[in-house]
Amino acid sequence: MKNKNNIRFIQGNEACVEGAIYAGIDFFAGYPITPSTEIAEHLASRLPQKGGKFIQMEDEIASMGAIIGASLTGNKVMTATSGPGFSLKQEALGYACMAEIPCVIANVQRGGPSTGNPTHVSQGDVNQARWGTHGDHAIIALTASNHQDVFEMTITAFNMAETYRTPVILLLDEVIGHMREKVTIPETGKIPVVERLRTSVKKGVDYHPYLPREDGRLPMSDFGEEHRYNVTGLFHDMWGFPNNNPKVVGELLRHLVDKIENNVNDISRFKEYWLDDAEFILVSYGSSARSAIHLARNRRSRGVKIGVLELQTLWPFPSELVKEKCAGAKAVIVVEMNLGQIVTQVKNAVDNPHNVFLSNRIDGELITPTDIKSLLRVIQGKGV
Amino acid sequence: MERSRIVFSGSGGQGVITASIILAKAAAIFEDKHAIQSQSYGAAARGGATRSDIIIDDSEICFPKVIQPNVLVSLTQESYNKFAPIIRPGGLLLVDSKYVTIEKKVDAKHITLPMYETVMKEIGKPIVFNICVLGALISISGLIRPESIMKVLETTIPEDFMEMNEKALDLGIKMGKKEHY
Repeated sequence: MKNKNNIRFIQGNEACVEGAIYAGIDFFAGYPITPSTEIAEHLASRLPQKGGKFIQMEDEIASMGAIIGASLTGNKVMTATSGPGFSLKQEALGYACMAEIPCVIANVQRGGPSTGNPTHVSQGDVNQARWGTHGDHAIIALTASNHQDVFEMTITAFNMAETYRTPVILLLDEVIGHMREKVTIPETGKIPVVERLRTSVKKGVDYHPYLPREDGRLPMSDFGEEHRYNVTGLFHDMWGFPNNNPKVVGELLRHLVDKIENNVNDISRFKEYWLDDAEFILVSYGSSARSAIHLARNRRSRGVKIGVLELQTLWPFPSELVKEKCAGAKAVIVVEMNLGQIVTQVKNAVDNPHNVFLSNRIDGELITPTDIKSLLRVIQGKGV
Repeated sequence: MERSRIVFSGSGGQGVITASIILAKAAAIFEDKHAIQSQSYGAAARGGATRSDIIIDDSEICFPKVIQPNVLVSLTQESYNKFAPIIRPGGLLLVDSKYVTIEKKVDAKHITLPMYETVMKEIGKPIVFNICVLGALISISGLIRPESIMKVLETTIPEDFMEMNEKALDLGIKMGKKEHY
Protein backbone atom coordinates (compact mmCIF):
# COMPACT_ATOMS: atom_id res chain seq x y z
CA MET A 1 0.00 0.00 0.00
CA LYS A 2 1.31 3.43 -0.85
CA ASN A 3 2.05 5.80 1.98
CA LYS A 4 -1.12 7.63 2.93
CA ASN A 5 0.23 9.52 5.94
CA ASN A 6 0.04 12.79 4.05
CA ILE A 7 -3.64 12.29 3.21
CA ARG A 8 -5.87 13.41 6.04
CA PHE A 9 -9.61 13.45 6.61
CA ILE A 10 -10.00 16.44 8.88
CA GLN A 11 -12.02 19.50 9.85
CA GLY A 12 -11.35 22.84 8.18
CA ASN A 13 -10.01 24.13 11.47
CA GLU A 14 -7.44 21.32 11.47
CA ALA A 15 -6.54 22.08 7.85
CA CYS A 16 -5.84 25.63 9.03
CA VAL A 17 -3.58 24.23 11.77
CA GLU A 18 -1.68 22.07 9.28
CA GLY A 19 -1.27 25.10 7.00
CA ALA A 20 0.10 27.14 9.90
CA ILE A 21 2.55 24.36 10.79
CA TYR A 22 3.65 24.11 7.14
CA ALA A 23 4.14 27.90 7.06
CA GLY A 24 6.42 27.68 10.10
CA ILE A 25 4.29 28.98 12.97
CA ASP A 26 6.30 29.36 16.20
CA PHE A 27 3.75 30.80 18.59
CA PHE A 28 -0.01 30.79 19.16
CA ALA A 29 -1.94 32.65 21.83
CA GLY A 30 -5.69 32.44 22.00
CA TYR A 31 -8.86 32.03 23.95
CA PRO A 32 -11.25 29.25 22.91
CA ILE A 33 -14.48 30.23 21.20
CA THR A 34 -16.89 28.26 19.02
CA PRO A 35 -16.55 27.64 16.11
CA SER A 36 -12.80 28.30 16.09
CA THR A 37 -11.81 26.23 19.15
CA GLU A 38 -10.34 23.29 17.21
CA ILE A 39 -7.62 25.58 15.86
CA ALA A 40 -6.40 26.26 19.41
CA GLU A 41 -7.02 22.65 20.45
CA HIS A 42 -4.90 21.13 17.70
CA LEU A 43 -2.14 23.73 17.88
CA ALA A 44 -1.90 22.99 21.62
CA SER A 45 -0.69 19.52 20.68
CA ARG A 46 1.04 20.25 17.35
CA LEU A 47 3.12 23.31 18.33
CA PRO A 48 5.12 21.75 21.20
CA GLN A 49 5.96 18.80 18.91
CA LYS A 50 7.99 21.16 16.73
CA GLY A 51 9.45 23.26 19.55
CA GLY A 52 6.86 26.02 19.31
CA LYS A 53 4.88 27.61 22.11
CA PHE A 54 1.12 27.55 22.75
CA ILE A 55 -0.51 29.67 25.39
CA GLN A 56 -4.13 30.04 26.40
CA MET A 57 -4.50 33.62 27.57
CA GLU A 58 -7.10 35.13 29.90
CA ASP A 59 -9.05 36.63 27.00
CA GLU A 60 -8.92 37.64 23.33
CA ILE A 61 -7.40 41.07 24.00
CA ALA A 62 -4.46 39.55 25.83
CA SER A 63 -4.08 36.91 23.09
CA MET A 64 -3.72 39.60 20.46
CA GLY A 65 -1.17 41.42 22.64
CA ALA A 66 0.77 38.21 23.15
CA ILE A 67 1.10 37.40 19.44
CA ILE A 68 2.18 40.98 18.67
CA GLY A 69 4.95 40.74 21.25
CA ALA A 70 6.01 37.29 20.12
CA SER A 71 6.11 38.40 16.49
CA LEU A 72 8.39 41.34 17.33
CA THR A 73 10.85 38.95 18.95
CA GLY A 74 11.17 37.10 15.66
CA ASN A 75 8.43 34.47 15.70
CA LYS A 76 5.75 33.56 13.20
CA VAL A 77 2.51 33.97 15.09
CA MET A 78 -1.21 33.39 14.92
CA THR A 79 -4.37 33.66 16.97
CA ALA A 80 -7.84 32.28 16.24
CA THR A 81 -11.25 33.47 17.29
CA SER A 82 -14.83 34.12 16.23
CA GLY A 83 -17.05 37.24 16.09
CA PRO A 84 -17.16 38.36 19.75
CA GLY A 85 -13.44 37.70 20.18
CA PHE A 86 -12.67 39.38 16.87
CA SER A 87 -14.39 42.52 18.18
CA LEU A 88 -12.13 42.47 21.24
CA LYS A 89 -9.00 42.15 19.11
CA GLN A 90 -9.67 45.23 16.99
CA GLU A 91 -7.75 47.76 19.09
CA ALA A 92 -4.56 45.71 19.14
CA LEU A 93 -5.08 44.80 15.49
CA GLY A 94 -4.85 48.50 14.67
CA TYR A 95 -1.66 48.66 16.70
CA ALA A 96 -0.22 45.84 14.58
CA CYS A 97 -1.19 47.78 11.41
CA MET A 98 0.47 50.95 12.71
CA ALA A 99 3.60 49.28 14.11
CA GLU A 100 3.79 46.97 11.05
CA ILE A 101 3.91 43.69 12.93
CA PRO A 102 3.38 40.47 10.94
CA CYS A 103 0.63 38.29 12.42
CA VAL A 104 -2.25 36.06 11.32
CA ILE A 105 -5.73 36.32 12.86
CA ALA A 106 -8.16 33.53 11.98
CA ASN A 107 -11.82 34.47 12.42
CA VAL A 108 -14.09 31.44 12.01
CA GLN A 109 -17.33 33.34 11.51
CA ARG A 110 -20.55 32.62 13.38
CA GLY A 111 -23.81 34.57 13.56
CA GLY A 112 -23.70 38.03 15.10
CA PRO A 113 -23.93 40.73 16.36
CA SER A 114 -22.80 40.09 19.94
CA THR A 115 -22.67 36.45 21.06
CA GLY A 116 -25.25 35.80 18.32
CA ASN A 117 -25.49 32.25 17.04
CA PRO A 118 -22.32 30.43 18.15
CA THR A 119 -22.83 27.07 16.45
CA HIS A 120 -24.20 28.29 13.13
CA VAL A 121 -22.72 29.73 9.99
CA SER A 122 -22.53 33.36 8.89
CA GLN A 123 -20.33 35.62 6.78
CA GLY A 124 -21.28 38.73 8.67
CA ASP A 125 -17.75 39.83 9.63
CA VAL A 126 -16.52 40.77 6.14
CA ASN A 127 -16.83 44.49 6.72
CA GLN A 128 -15.55 44.15 10.27
CA ALA A 129 -12.40 42.60 8.86
CA ARG A 130 -12.03 45.69 6.68
CA TRP A 131 -13.02 48.43 9.09
CA GLY A 132 -13.13 46.86 12.54
CA THR A 133 -10.24 48.93 13.80
CA HIS A 134 -10.40 52.69 13.65
CA GLY A 135 -8.65 55.15 11.40
CA ASP A 136 -7.62 54.94 7.76
CA HIS A 137 -5.70 51.77 7.19
CA ALA A 138 -5.34 48.89 4.78
CA ILE A 139 -5.78 45.23 5.61
CA ILE A 140 -5.45 41.85 3.95
CA ALA A 141 -8.31 39.37 4.41
CA LEU A 142 -8.27 35.92 2.82
CA THR A 143 -10.84 33.14 2.71
CA ALA A 144 -11.35 29.63 1.28
CA SER A 145 -14.17 27.24 0.40
CA ASN A 146 -12.56 23.82 0.76
CA HIS A 147 -9.99 22.27 3.05
CA GLN A 148 -7.16 22.01 0.52
CA ASP A 149 -7.59 25.74 -0.07
CA VAL A 150 -7.86 26.45 3.68
CA PHE A 151 -4.48 24.73 4.04
CA GLU A 152 -2.96 26.77 1.21
CA MET A 153 -4.56 30.10 2.13
CA THR A 154 -3.28 29.75 5.69
CA ILE A 155 0.25 29.45 4.28
CA THR A 156 -0.50 32.43 2.02
CA ALA A 157 -1.69 34.41 5.06
CA PHE A 158 1.61 33.80 6.86
CA ASN A 159 3.56 34.62 3.69
CA MET A 160 1.71 37.89 3.11
CA ALA A 161 2.04 38.89 6.78
CA GLU A 162 5.83 38.61 6.41
CA THR A 163 6.03 40.15 2.93
CA TYR A 164 3.96 43.23 3.77
CA ARG A 165 4.66 43.41 7.53
CA THR A 166 1.00 43.50 8.32
CA PRO A 167 -1.76 41.64 10.16
CA VAL A 168 -3.54 39.23 7.80
CA ILE A 169 -7.08 38.08 8.58
CA LEU A 170 -8.13 34.58 7.64
CA LEU A 171 -11.91 34.73 7.34
CA LEU A 172 -13.26 31.22 7.62
CA ASP A 173 -16.80 30.22 8.63
CA GLU A 174 -18.55 27.60 10.77
CA VAL A 175 -19.33 25.25 7.87
CA ILE A 176 -15.75 25.21 6.60
CA GLY A 177 -14.32 25.09 10.13
CA HIS A 178 -16.36 22.11 11.29
CA MET A 179 -17.02 19.89 8.27
CA ARG A 180 -14.58 17.14 7.43
CA GLU A 181 -13.07 16.39 4.03
CA LYS A 182 -9.83 15.15 2.53
CA VAL A 183 -6.65 17.21 2.54
CA THR A 184 -3.34 16.22 0.99
CA ILE A 185 -0.38 17.74 2.83
CA PRO A 186 2.33 18.47 0.26
CA GLU A 187 5.98 17.72 0.87
CA THR A 188 8.07 20.45 2.46
CA GLY A 189 9.24 22.90 -0.18
CA LYS A 190 6.39 22.26 -2.61
CA ILE A 191 4.59 25.44 -1.51
CA PRO A 192 6.93 28.43 -1.04
CA VAL A 193 7.21 29.77 2.50
CA VAL A 194 8.27 33.39 3.08
CA GLU A 195 10.69 33.76 5.96
CA ARG A 196 11.18 36.84 8.16
CA LEU A 197 13.23 39.53 6.42
CA ARG A 198 15.86 40.47 8.99
CA THR A 199 18.14 43.47 8.88
CA SER A 200 21.76 43.10 7.82
CA VAL A 201 22.73 46.00 10.09
CA LYS A 202 25.34 44.73 12.53
CA LYS A 203 25.14 44.86 16.30
CA GLY A 204 26.29 48.22 17.65
CA VAL A 205 25.40 50.00 14.39
CA ASP A 206 22.32 52.24 14.21
CA TYR A 207 19.27 50.33 13.00
CA HIS A 208 16.22 52.20 11.69
CA PRO A 209 13.20 49.93 12.25
CA TYR A 210 10.90 52.06 10.08
CA LEU A 211 13.20 53.03 7.21
CA PRO A 212 11.95 51.22 4.09
CA ARG A 213 14.42 49.72 1.63
CA GLU A 214 14.23 50.80 -2.00
CA ASP A 215 11.68 48.06 -2.69
CA GLY A 216 9.49 49.39 0.12
CA ARG A 217 10.09 46.48 2.51
CA LEU A 218 11.25 47.04 6.08
CA PRO A 219 13.79 44.53 7.41
CA MET A 220 13.15 43.61 11.05
CA SER A 221 15.38 43.05 14.04
CA ASP A 222 14.30 40.59 16.72
CA PHE A 223 13.17 42.76 19.62
CA GLY A 224 15.38 42.37 22.68
CA GLU A 225 18.31 41.00 20.67
CA GLU A 226 20.95 43.05 18.82
CA HIS A 227 19.32 46.45 18.42
CA ARG A 228 17.46 48.78 20.76
CA TYR A 229 14.49 50.47 19.17
CA ASN A 230 11.07 51.87 19.99
CA VAL A 231 7.67 50.52 18.94
CA THR A 232 4.53 52.60 19.32
CA GLY A 233 0.95 52.94 18.14
CA LEU A 234 1.52 56.68 17.68
CA PHE A 235 2.64 58.07 14.36
CA HIS A 236 6.38 57.62 14.40
CA ASP A 237 9.62 58.43 12.62
CA MET A 238 12.14 56.00 11.14
CA TRP A 239 13.53 55.33 14.62
CA GLY A 240 10.12 54.29 15.87
CA PHE A 241 9.73 57.30 18.18
CA PRO A 242 6.46 59.25 18.36
CA ASN A 243 6.31 62.14 15.93
CA ASN A 244 3.42 64.37 14.86
CA ASN A 245 5.28 66.36 12.26
CA PRO A 246 2.69 66.73 9.44
CA LYS A 247 5.12 65.38 6.86
CA VAL A 248 5.92 62.32 8.95
CA VAL A 249 2.23 61.68 9.74
CA GLY A 250 1.07 62.05 6.13
CA GLU A 251 3.86 59.95 4.67
CA LEU A 252 3.47 57.14 7.19
CA LEU A 253 -0.27 56.83 6.64
CA ARG A 254 0.24 56.77 2.87
CA HIS A 255 2.94 54.14 3.27
CA LEU A 256 0.70 51.93 5.46
CA VAL A 257 -2.10 52.01 2.89
CA ASP A 258 -0.03 52.02 -0.30
CA LYS A 259 2.09 49.01 0.63
CA ILE A 260 -1.11 46.94 0.42
CA GLU A 261 -3.45 48.79 -1.97
CA ASN A 262 -0.70 49.23 -4.59
CA ASN A 263 -0.10 45.48 -4.57
CA VAL A 264 -3.72 44.41 -4.98
CA ASN A 265 -2.84 42.28 -8.02
CA ASP A 266 -0.16 40.36 -6.13
CA ILE A 267 -2.40 39.90 -3.12
CA SER A 268 -5.48 38.89 -5.09
CA ARG A 269 -6.31 35.17 -5.11
CA PHE A 270 -9.35 33.78 -6.89
CA LYS A 271 -10.73 30.78 -8.75
CA GLU A 272 -12.98 30.75 -11.76
CA TYR A 273 -15.40 28.14 -13.06
CA TRP A 274 -16.99 28.21 -16.55
CA LEU A 275 -16.57 31.97 -16.97
CA ASP A 276 -15.53 31.99 -20.66
CA ASP A 277 -19.01 32.23 -22.15
CA ALA A 278 -20.96 32.92 -18.96
CA GLU A 279 -24.07 35.08 -19.27
CA PHE A 280 -24.77 34.68 -15.57
CA ILE A 281 -21.92 34.99 -13.08
CA LEU A 282 -22.11 33.97 -9.46
CA VAL A 283 -19.57 35.86 -7.32
CA SER A 284 -19.01 34.11 -4.02
CA TYR A 285 -16.51 33.10 -1.34
CA GLY A 286 -16.11 30.76 1.63
CA SER A 287 -18.73 28.07 2.19
CA SER A 288 -21.29 30.01 0.08
CA ALA A 289 -19.07 29.39 -2.94
CA ARG A 290 -19.65 25.63 -2.54
CA SER A 291 -23.36 26.17 -3.11
CA ALA A 292 -22.66 28.54 -6.01
CA ILE A 293 -20.38 26.00 -7.74
CA HIS A 294 -22.90 23.22 -7.06
CA LEU A 295 -25.69 25.21 -8.70
CA ALA A 296 -23.57 26.37 -11.65
CA ARG A 297 -22.52 22.79 -12.45
CA ASN A 298 -26.13 21.66 -12.22
CA ARG A 299 -27.42 24.49 -14.48
CA ARG A 300 -24.55 24.02 -16.98
CA SER A 301 -25.70 20.45 -17.50
CA ARG A 302 -29.05 21.95 -18.55
CA GLY A 303 -27.52 24.39 -21.00
CA VAL A 304 -27.52 27.57 -18.91
CA LYS A 305 -24.42 29.67 -19.57
CA ILE A 306 -23.47 30.25 -15.97
CA GLY A 307 -20.13 30.52 -14.22
CA VAL A 308 -18.60 31.25 -10.83
CA LEU A 309 -15.97 33.73 -9.73
CA GLU A 310 -14.75 32.60 -6.32
CA LEU A 311 -12.92 35.31 -4.43
CA GLN A 312 -10.23 34.15 -2.01
CA THR A 313 -8.87 37.63 -1.32
CA LEU A 314 -11.66 39.83 0.02
CA TRP A 315 -9.49 42.76 1.15
CA PRO A 316 -7.99 44.64 -0.56
CA PHE A 317 -11.03 44.17 -2.78
CA PRO A 318 -9.96 43.13 -6.30
CA SER A 319 -12.15 45.69 -8.13
CA GLU A 320 -10.30 45.51 -11.46
CA LEU A 321 -10.52 41.72 -11.51
CA VAL A 322 -14.25 41.71 -10.78
CA LYS A 323 -14.90 44.42 -13.38
CA GLU A 324 -12.97 42.48 -16.04
CA LYS A 325 -14.47 39.06 -15.29
CA CYS A 326 -18.04 40.37 -15.12
CA ALA A 327 -17.79 42.61 -18.20
CA GLY A 328 -19.80 40.40 -20.54
CA ALA A 329 -22.40 39.12 -18.08
CA LYS A 330 -26.14 39.72 -18.39
CA ALA A 331 -26.44 39.43 -14.63
CA VAL A 332 -24.08 39.07 -11.69
CA ILE A 333 -25.37 37.35 -8.56
CA VAL A 334 -23.34 37.78 -5.39
CA VAL A 335 -23.85 34.80 -3.08
CA GLU A 336 -23.03 35.48 0.56
CA MET A 337 -24.40 34.88 4.05
CA ASN A 338 -24.97 38.42 5.30
CA LEU A 339 -27.18 41.36 4.37
CA GLY A 340 -24.91 42.35 1.49
CA GLN A 341 -21.31 43.17 2.33
CA ILE A 342 -19.39 42.06 -0.77
CA VAL A 343 -22.29 42.89 -3.13
CA THR A 344 -21.65 46.58 -2.40
CA GLN A 345 -18.05 46.19 -3.53
CA VAL A 346 -19.11 44.31 -6.66
CA LYS A 347 -21.64 47.03 -7.55
CA ASN A 348 -18.91 49.63 -7.19
CA ALA A 349 -16.55 47.60 -9.36
CA VAL A 350 -18.67 46.67 -12.39
CA ASP A 351 -19.77 48.86 -15.31
CA ASN A 352 -23.46 48.25 -14.78
CA PRO A 353 -24.39 48.00 -11.09
CA HIS A 354 -28.08 47.55 -11.97
CA ASN A 355 -27.27 44.03 -13.17
CA VAL A 356 -25.84 43.01 -9.81
CA PHE A 357 -28.12 41.03 -7.47
CA LEU A 358 -27.76 39.58 -3.98
CA SER A 359 -28.58 35.98 -3.14
CA ASN A 360 -28.17 35.62 0.59
CA ARG A 361 -29.19 33.80 3.71
CA ILE A 362 -28.92 35.16 7.26
CA ASP A 363 -30.71 32.54 9.40
CA GLY A 364 -27.71 30.48 10.45
CA GLU A 365 -28.23 27.83 7.76
CA LEU A 366 -25.84 27.30 4.86
CA ILE A 367 -27.27 28.90 1.72
CA THR A 368 -28.45 26.12 -0.61
CA PRO A 369 -28.15 25.75 -4.39
CA THR A 370 -31.96 25.95 -4.46
CA ASP A 371 -31.88 29.34 -2.72
CA ILE A 372 -29.62 30.66 -5.49
CA LYS A 373 -31.68 28.95 -8.19
CA SER A 374 -34.84 30.77 -7.07
CA LEU A 375 -33.22 34.16 -7.66
CA LEU A 376 -31.63 33.00 -10.93
CA ARG A 377 -35.05 31.98 -12.25
CA VAL A 378 -36.53 35.36 -11.37
CA ILE A 379 -33.69 37.12 -13.18
CA GLN A 380 -34.18 34.80 -16.18
CA GLY A 381 -37.83 35.81 -16.22
CA LYS A 382 -38.96 32.28 -15.43
CA GLY A 383 -40.59 32.95 -12.07
CA VAL A 384 -39.82 30.98 -8.95
CA MET B 1 -22.10 4.90 -8.09
CA GLU B 2 -25.11 6.98 -7.20
CA ARG B 3 -24.32 9.78 -4.80
CA SER B 4 -24.93 8.45 -1.28
CA ARG B 5 -26.47 10.94 1.08
CA ILE B 6 -26.54 9.50 4.56
CA VAL B 7 -27.97 10.87 7.77
CA PHE B 8 -26.72 9.17 10.92
CA SER B 9 -28.90 10.10 13.90
CA GLY B 10 -29.28 9.24 17.55
CA SER B 11 -28.57 10.65 20.94
CA GLY B 12 -25.36 12.34 22.10
CA GLY B 13 -23.01 9.72 23.59
CA GLN B 14 -24.10 6.82 21.34
CA GLY B 15 -21.11 7.29 19.06
CA VAL B 16 -23.16 8.53 16.13
CA ILE B 17 -20.64 11.20 15.14
CA THR B 18 -17.67 8.85 15.61
CA ALA B 19 -19.26 6.19 13.43
CA SER B 20 -20.04 8.71 10.71
CA ILE B 21 -16.48 10.05 10.71
CA ILE B 22 -15.10 6.50 10.44
CA LEU B 23 -17.42 5.78 7.50
CA ALA B 24 -16.56 8.99 5.62
CA LYS B 25 -12.85 8.65 6.35
CA ALA B 26 -12.82 5.05 5.08
CA ALA B 27 -14.43 6.20 1.82
CA ALA B 28 -12.15 9.22 1.37
CA ILE B 29 -8.81 7.69 2.26
CA PHE B 30 -9.07 3.97 1.58
CA GLU B 31 -11.50 3.84 -1.34
CA ASP B 32 -10.40 6.99 -3.19
CA LYS B 33 -13.90 8.36 -3.17
CA HIS B 34 -15.01 11.87 -2.44
CA ALA B 35 -16.55 12.13 1.01
CA ILE B 36 -17.73 14.86 3.34
CA GLN B 37 -18.94 14.60 6.91
CA SER B 38 -20.62 17.39 8.83
CA GLN B 39 -22.82 17.58 11.87
CA SER B 40 -25.57 19.72 13.27
CA TYR B 41 -24.14 21.11 16.35
CA GLY B 42 -25.88 22.51 19.40
CA ALA B 43 -24.54 23.70 22.72
CA ALA B 44 -25.15 20.40 24.60
CA ALA B 45 -22.41 17.77 24.88
CA ARG B 46 -24.77 14.91 25.81
CA GLY B 47 -28.38 14.05 25.04
CA GLY B 48 -30.68 15.63 22.48
CA ALA B 49 -31.08 14.51 18.87
CA THR B 50 -27.66 14.25 17.25
CA ARG B 51 -27.39 14.31 13.48
CA SER B 52 -24.39 13.74 11.27
CA ASP B 53 -24.50 14.13 7.48
CA ILE B 54 -22.26 12.12 5.19
CA ILE B 55 -22.02 12.38 1.42
CA ILE B 56 -20.02 9.82 -0.57
CA ASP B 57 -19.56 10.04 -4.33
CA ASP B 58 -17.18 9.30 -7.19
CA SER B 59 -17.22 12.93 -8.26
CA GLU B 60 -16.51 16.14 -6.40
CA ILE B 61 -18.97 17.20 -3.70
CA CYS B 62 -19.64 20.92 -3.31
CA PHE B 63 -22.75 21.53 -1.24
CA PRO B 64 -21.85 19.59 1.94
CA LYS B 65 -25.19 19.15 3.69
CA VAL B 66 -27.80 16.42 3.20
CA ILE B 67 -31.29 17.73 2.48
CA GLN B 68 -32.97 14.45 1.49
CA PRO B 69 -31.04 11.36 2.68
CA ASN B 70 -31.25 8.13 0.70
CA VAL B 71 -29.92 6.37 3.77
CA LEU B 72 -31.15 7.18 7.26
CA VAL B 73 -29.84 5.50 10.40
CA SER B 74 -31.78 6.26 13.58
CA LEU B 75 -30.72 4.98 16.98
CA THR B 76 -33.36 6.71 19.12
CA GLN B 77 -37.10 7.18 18.87
CA GLU B 78 -36.68 10.95 19.02
CA SER B 79 -34.25 11.04 16.09
CA TYR B 80 -36.38 8.57 14.12
CA ASN B 81 -39.48 10.71 14.62
CA LYS B 82 -37.58 13.82 13.64
CA PHE B 83 -35.76 12.59 10.56
CA ALA B 84 -37.88 9.79 9.05
CA PRO B 85 -40.09 12.29 7.18
CA ILE B 86 -37.13 13.69 5.20
CA ILE B 87 -35.92 10.37 3.76
CA ARG B 88 -35.86 10.15 -0.03
CA PRO B 89 -38.67 7.92 -1.35
CA GLY B 90 -37.29 4.45 -2.00
CA GLY B 91 -34.40 5.00 0.39
CA LEU B 92 -33.05 2.84 3.19
CA LEU B 93 -34.03 3.21 6.83
CA LEU B 94 -31.99 1.32 9.43
CA VAL B 95 -33.07 1.40 13.08
CA ASP B 96 -32.24 -0.46 16.27
CA SER B 97 -35.03 -2.63 17.70
CA LYS B 98 -34.37 -1.71 21.33
CA TYR B 99 -34.60 2.02 20.81
CA VAL B 100 -36.97 2.56 17.90
CA THR B 101 -40.55 1.49 17.27
CA ILE B 102 -41.66 2.13 13.71
CA GLU B 103 -44.89 4.06 14.00
CA LYS B 104 -45.89 5.28 10.59
CA LYS B 105 -44.27 3.71 7.54
CA VAL B 106 -42.53 6.08 5.16
CA ASP B 107 -41.76 5.16 1.54
CA ALA B 108 -38.44 3.45 2.26
CA LYS B 109 -37.01 0.01 2.88
CA HIS B 110 -37.35 -0.41 6.66
CA ILE B 111 -34.80 -2.58 8.40
CA THR B 112 -35.01 -3.09 12.15
CA LEU B 113 -32.14 -5.06 13.72
CA PRO B 114 -31.42 -6.02 17.34
CA MET B 115 -27.97 -4.42 17.18
CA TYR B 116 -27.80 -3.15 20.75
CA GLU B 117 -29.08 -6.42 22.23
CA THR B 118 -26.65 -8.48 20.16
CA VAL B 119 -23.66 -6.34 21.16
CA MET B 120 -24.63 -6.59 24.83
CA LYS B 121 -25.14 -10.38 24.58
CA GLU B 122 -22.00 -11.20 22.57
CA ILE B 123 -19.57 -8.53 23.80
CA GLY B 124 -21.20 -6.96 26.84
CA LYS B 125 -19.84 -3.47 26.18
CA PRO B 126 -22.16 -0.76 24.84
CA ILE B 127 -19.26 1.39 23.59
CA VAL B 128 -18.95 -0.69 20.42
CA PHE B 129 -22.67 -0.45 19.59
CA ASN B 130 -21.92 2.22 16.98
CA ILE B 131 -19.36 -0.01 15.24
CA CYS B 132 -21.92 -2.81 15.05
CA VAL B 133 -24.38 -0.36 13.45
CA LEU B 134 -21.67 0.64 10.98
CA GLY B 135 -21.10 -3.05 10.14
CA ALA B 136 -24.81 -3.58 9.51
CA LEU B 137 -25.02 -0.43 7.39
CA ILE B 138 -22.12 -1.29 5.09
CA SER B 139 -23.26 -4.86 4.68
CA ILE B 140 -26.84 -3.90 3.78
CA SER B 141 -25.89 -1.02 1.50
CA GLY B 142 -22.54 -2.20 0.07
CA LEU B 143 -21.30 1.38 0.51
CA ILE B 144 -17.80 0.60 1.76
CA ARG B 145 -15.69 -2.54 2.08
CA PRO B 146 -15.25 -3.83 5.67
CA GLU B 147 -11.45 -3.80 5.13
CA SER B 148 -11.54 -0.03 4.67
CA ILE B 149 -13.40 0.42 7.95
CA MET B 150 -10.84 -1.84 9.65
CA LYS B 151 -7.98 0.25 8.27
CA VAL B 152 -9.51 3.39 9.79
CA LEU B 153 -10.05 1.63 13.12
CA GLU B 154 -6.42 0.44 13.14
CA THR B 155 -5.21 4.03 12.87
CA THR B 156 -7.61 5.55 15.41
CA ILE B 157 -8.31 2.95 18.11
CA PRO B 158 -5.88 1.74 20.81
CA GLU B 159 -4.64 -1.81 20.13
CA ASP B 160 -6.27 -3.25 23.26
CA PHE B 161 -9.70 -2.30 21.93
CA MET B 162 -9.22 -3.57 18.38
CA GLU B 163 -10.51 -7.08 18.99
CA MET B 164 -13.73 -5.81 20.55
CA ASN B 165 -14.30 -3.40 17.67
CA GLU B 166 -13.58 -6.03 15.02
CA LYS B 167 -16.04 -8.37 16.68
CA ALA B 168 -18.71 -5.65 16.81
CA LEU B 169 -18.16 -4.85 13.13
CA ASP B 170 -18.50 -8.55 12.24
CA LEU B 171 -21.69 -8.91 14.28
CA GLY B 172 -23.18 -6.02 12.36
CA ILE B 173 -22.03 -7.38 9.00
CA LYS B 174 -23.57 -10.77 9.73
CA MET B 175 -26.89 -9.25 10.78
CA GLY B 176 -26.93 -7.02 7.71
CA LYS B 177 -26.18 -9.89 5.30
CA LYS B 178 -29.59 -11.40 5.96
CA GLU B 179 -31.25 -8.23 4.71
CA HIS B 180 -31.63 -7.17 1.11
CA TYR B 181 -31.72 -3.66 -0.21
